Amino acid sequence: MKQHIKGFLIHFTLILICLFCLLPFLWLTSTALKGSEENIFQYPPVFFPKYPTIENFKEVLRLVPILKYVLNSFIVAIFTVILNLIFSSLAAYPLARIDFKGKNVVFFLILTTLTVPFQAIMLPLYIIILKLNLVDSMSYIQGYLGLILPFCVNAFGIFLLRQAFIVIPKEIEEQALIDGCNSFQIFYKILLPLIKPSLSLLAIFTFVGSWGEFLWPSIVLSNQNLFTLPVGINELQGAFSANYRLIASGAMISIVPILLFFLTLQKYFIKGNTEGSVKG
Amino acid sequence: MQKNLKITPYLFILPAFIFLGLFFFLPFFQTIIMSFFDYSKDIYNPEFAYFLNYKELLSSNIFIKTILNTFWFLALCVPFLVIFPLFVAILIDQNIKFKNLYKLIIYIPVVVSIVVVAIAFKWLYQPEGLLNYFLGLINIEPVEWLYNPNVAMVSVAIVTIFKGIGYYMMIYLSALMGVPKELYEASEIDGANSIQKHLSVTLPHIMPAVALVSTISLMSALKVFVEIYVMTKGGPLDSTKTIVYYIYESAFESLDLGLASSASVILLILVTGVSVINITCFERDKYGL
Repeated sequence: MKQHIKGFLIHFTLILICLFCLLPFLWLTSTALKGSEENIFQYPPVFFPKYPTIENFKEVLRLVPILKYVLNSFIVAIFTVILNLIFSSLAAYPLARIDFKGKNVVFFLILTTLTVPFQAIMLPLYIIILKLNLVDSMSYIQGYLGLILPFCVNAFGIFLLRQAFIVIPKEIEEQALIDGCNSFQIFYKILLPLIKPSLSLLAIFTFVGSWGEFLWPSIVLSNQNLFTLPVGINELQGAFSANYRLIASGAMISIVPILLFFLTLQKYFIKGNTEGSVKG
Repeated sequence: MQKNLKITPYLFILPAFIFLGLFFFLPFFQTIIMSFFDYSKDIYNPEFAYFLNYKELLSSNIFIKTILNTFWFLALCVPFLVIFPLFVAILIDQNIKFKNLYKLIIYIPVVVSIVVVAIAFKWLYQPEGLLNYFLGLINIEPVEWLYNPNVAMVSVAIVTIFKGIGYYMMIYLSALMGVPKELYEASEIDGANSIQKHLSVTLPHIMPAVALVSTISLMSALKVFVEIYVMTKGGPLDSTKTIVYYIYESAFESLDLGLASSASVILLILVTGVSVINITCFERDKYGL
């Protein structure tokens, strides 16, 4: 009996917490589903729309290029992931498996980047990006590069992969050396396939980090055609300040892609996530 | 062969360092250098001004307020983010049904962009919105969540907490996996109740995770920005203006690059302090120190 009460209390508390976690999104959805004949400022608030409609979703998709924002976010996130995987794995390999002069210095320098907040260097970084012409007023490609390149290497990624490389037994490499492989072949053909789980972890967390990034894109972007999702969604507030139905609809549409991504790859999030988010 | 081996490691590291050099080390040193220059007279021809910017910052009431606001924000969310996710993790770690479903739902706010979360809360915080309605049900006067200077920072902290619970819960869950289950049985035999059991067995075992969560949440709280930018823009009456918001404003709105840089250096010192403690004390293994 005591066990039953305890079990009930645990479930009850957890359900309350879950409701709290979903409440903001449910309330947005409820608002988005209310048509123009329903007063969204009604008091007491009505949770379930009397005449649910998808008109607001259609309207916001017609007025705002949300799908374009999705595409932009996707392009930026994918290339950020690819470059991170390449640069981090390349740099992690010698740090884990080769003894060389200056290794400690390299190590220390990479570690420093972890301790410095992005917000403290964003102003000169912006000036550098301007000087390199990596802004969207030049061309789309330059605009994308300005969003991607500052985040294309991340110390966290290097350390994560270094950890993965370190645990691979030395014999594997020695055998490959005897077979006449050079360092790059050992790296590419033998070691890289062995650290696939860590690579996927890095890819997933870099993707989520890049997808949600707001500060940097909001600083560098000026051309609406290149807006990423967070920047575009924030702009909705200015565009429809009088119409929270449309803001709510836009915000809910913007959640769908990342939610699908999360649900598909949930085991990576729920299992091996102690490494946490990649963005600093 | 020998010679080839000598430069090989550097070739592997080179691509990463080109980008780190250009987009990290260069702006890093520039921040420090710019903080000693005065941009207020002519933004294109700054003058070397020694510690002028720092003096100006430290004698400016707004900046002092900014610092105090930031610490107030830390005090509001860090203790909660250290304790509450641990509580949630312990609940989930029991032998219960729907474990993964709970984890999944509680993790959703972590993957959703902070911009969307902030917009959703702005809507909940409406004067006649859902939260005030709930408060009304238990006979509490409506709160001016975002318009009352005494409350606004609390409202911002709630959003940060909402976004963080799932993340820190996962850190605790993986730490809890390392607690030997026999110890629980032993303490049950000794007649400990649930709370005593967790205080005497769980807590000592997961102290490293507690320390880790403390430093991570402290570091990210020092850098809070988006919630404020989306919901309050630093207002009302500068009550939610934090260091990063101040940097953003002086750099990109009032274009006082010198002030922005010296404020950046102050942020740098604060965050670096915390993260050095974090790395050297709690994450030695991860970074191979």
